Amino acid sequence: MGQEEKIREGFLAAFGYLQDKITIQRSRRIFVTVDIEKFAEVFDFAVKKLGFSVLCVITGLDEGDRLTFIYHLDDGSGVMLNLKTGVSKERPVIKTVTEYFPSAEVYERELVDLLGAKVEGLLPGYRYPLPDGWPSGEYPLRKDWIPENKNG
Amino acid sequence: MAERDKFKIPVGPQHPSLKEPTSFSVALRGEEITGIDVRLGYNHRGIEKACEERTYIQDMYLIERICGICSHSHSTCFIQGVEEIAKIEVPKRALYIRTLVGELERIHSHLLWLGVAGHEIGFDTLLMYTWRDREIVMDVLALLTGNRVNYGINTIGGVRRDITREQMKEVTRAMDSLEERTKYYIKIASEETTIIKRLSGVGVLSKEDALRFCVVGPTARASGVDHDVRRDDPYAAYSEISFNVITDNHNDVYGRTVVRLKELMESYKIIRQLLEKLPEGPVSVKVPRKIPAGEVVSRYEAPRGEDLHYIKANGTDKPERVKVRAPTLANIQAVKHMLKNRLLADLPIVVAAIDPCFSCTDRLISVRGEDEETPGIMTWENLHSYSVEWYRKRGLDFSKLK
Repeated sequence: MGQEEKIREGFLAAFGYLQDKITIQRSRRIFVTVDIEKFAEVFDFAVKKLGFSVLCVITGLDEGDRLTFIYHLDDGSGVMLNLKTGVSKERPVIKTVTEYFPSAEVYERELVDLLGAKVEGLLPGYRYPLPDGWPSGEYPLRKDWIPENKNG
Repeated sequence: MAERDKFKIPVGPQHPSLKEPTSFSVALRGEEITGIDVRLGYNHRGIEKACEERTYIQDMYLIERICGICSHSHSTCFIQGVEEIAKIEVPKRALYIRTLVGELERIHSHLLWLGVAGHEIGFDTLLMYTWRDREIVMDVLALLTGNRVNYGINTIGGVRRDITREQMKEVTRAMDSLEERTKYYIKIASEETTIIKRLSGVGVLSKEDALRFCVVGPTARASGVDHDVRRDDPYAAYSEISFNVITDNHNDVYGRTVVRLKELMESYKIIRQLLEKLPEGPVSVKVPRKIPAGEVVSRYEAPRGEDLHYIKANGTDKPERVKVRAPTLANIQAVKHMLKNRLLADLPIVVAAIDPCFSCTDRLISVRGEDEETPGIMTWENLHSYSVEWYRKRGLDFSKLK
């Protein structure tokens, strides 16, 4: 059994509801989709029990009426776990993971600025990456956001 | 400590010790740093959004311009992801040439860094020497690609230029010279008291903290973290090449210097193997403009550490989403920790020691008007007439082109 299969088995032993939610895309690439309600326990398990101790980055996507977030985690040997979760745009709330990874702060601020996510538990600090005078409610990475000077 | 004993000073966004704009708010007690906040974003250009509105091939050129130093790193990271989604088998010769240019880029970046580090500690002779030697590798890059930076060697499905036997001989000659010079720099780093004393114990990051902050590249490896994407998640031709991942246990700026110097020696070794094993055959395959729906995470060991791109394709000729995580964004948080309770005078070299690149980090562009007195945004029409005028002065008339 390859290491990717072992990771799948590890997830399934702990969380039977992930049965159809795990995709081994190729060697060293695993995608797991988790409902937001179950995200905290699956994330905790991946970090503490399966050894995914490096957070590479968090990607945010605008997928129509939902925002999707992908937590790209590495186990130190090159295997990448991509943990996906999603929230509705009406209530785009996720919890911070800075208590696991202090470096997540800047990735989460980016989700706040560019996609309009609300990150519970994220301590106050400088915004990133938009300037201080940026108008509120304008989220550049949302699909319906069009830059004023799009054509120059 | 009484509040009156604390003093806060801004360093940046424009500051002589910084090569690019970023801002540190430094809390001091005398010369000692008691706290530090970093403000990023001054270079934000909106490249990820721009990628969604352009075709894959346009994006490749745009992404190459995220960074002026590790341009090939970004373009390779992007296209190898696109090729993976489209299930394109890239010819082996092309993969070898990509790897070759990637290692040449690492050499120029590490030599550039060594010069900057020398400058930051007042050792400008080292800056002059390393930047003179760096010209050797810049000439090789210009010979192979036509450019000193933003090489434009990549294309989706391969590379745009082949390499000739004569060019290979030039590369080998350059590697011989650079290897001799690097041995000299390693000797300096091992014996020169000024360097050893100025860099040792400065910007300390223990292995535990390096893991906690998820730092990457030479910054991680100098704290004993044995991780290198080239070995752990091999791409391009690295699975067929033998090389060592350099680690060091000094955990400080001195260790980061040692790691980069030894990595230079590994790069020469890698380049010699690439030239010896370079397979015959085509250098590119034709790729359809439309890329099938799918998603991919592409990783690349850039000179400063792991570059990561997430790409989502939707079946058209434009991506649905492109996410870029450059190494500096992963390393910058650890700088705050490295500087805590250290002297203010250490700030420039500690910041420089992660080899920061804030253009990569922020993914931005600054556009100024032609008239320096009234800087502003240049419109597409302005840009077009500017370029027509530029060529007209040189005897070429492109005014009928729209």
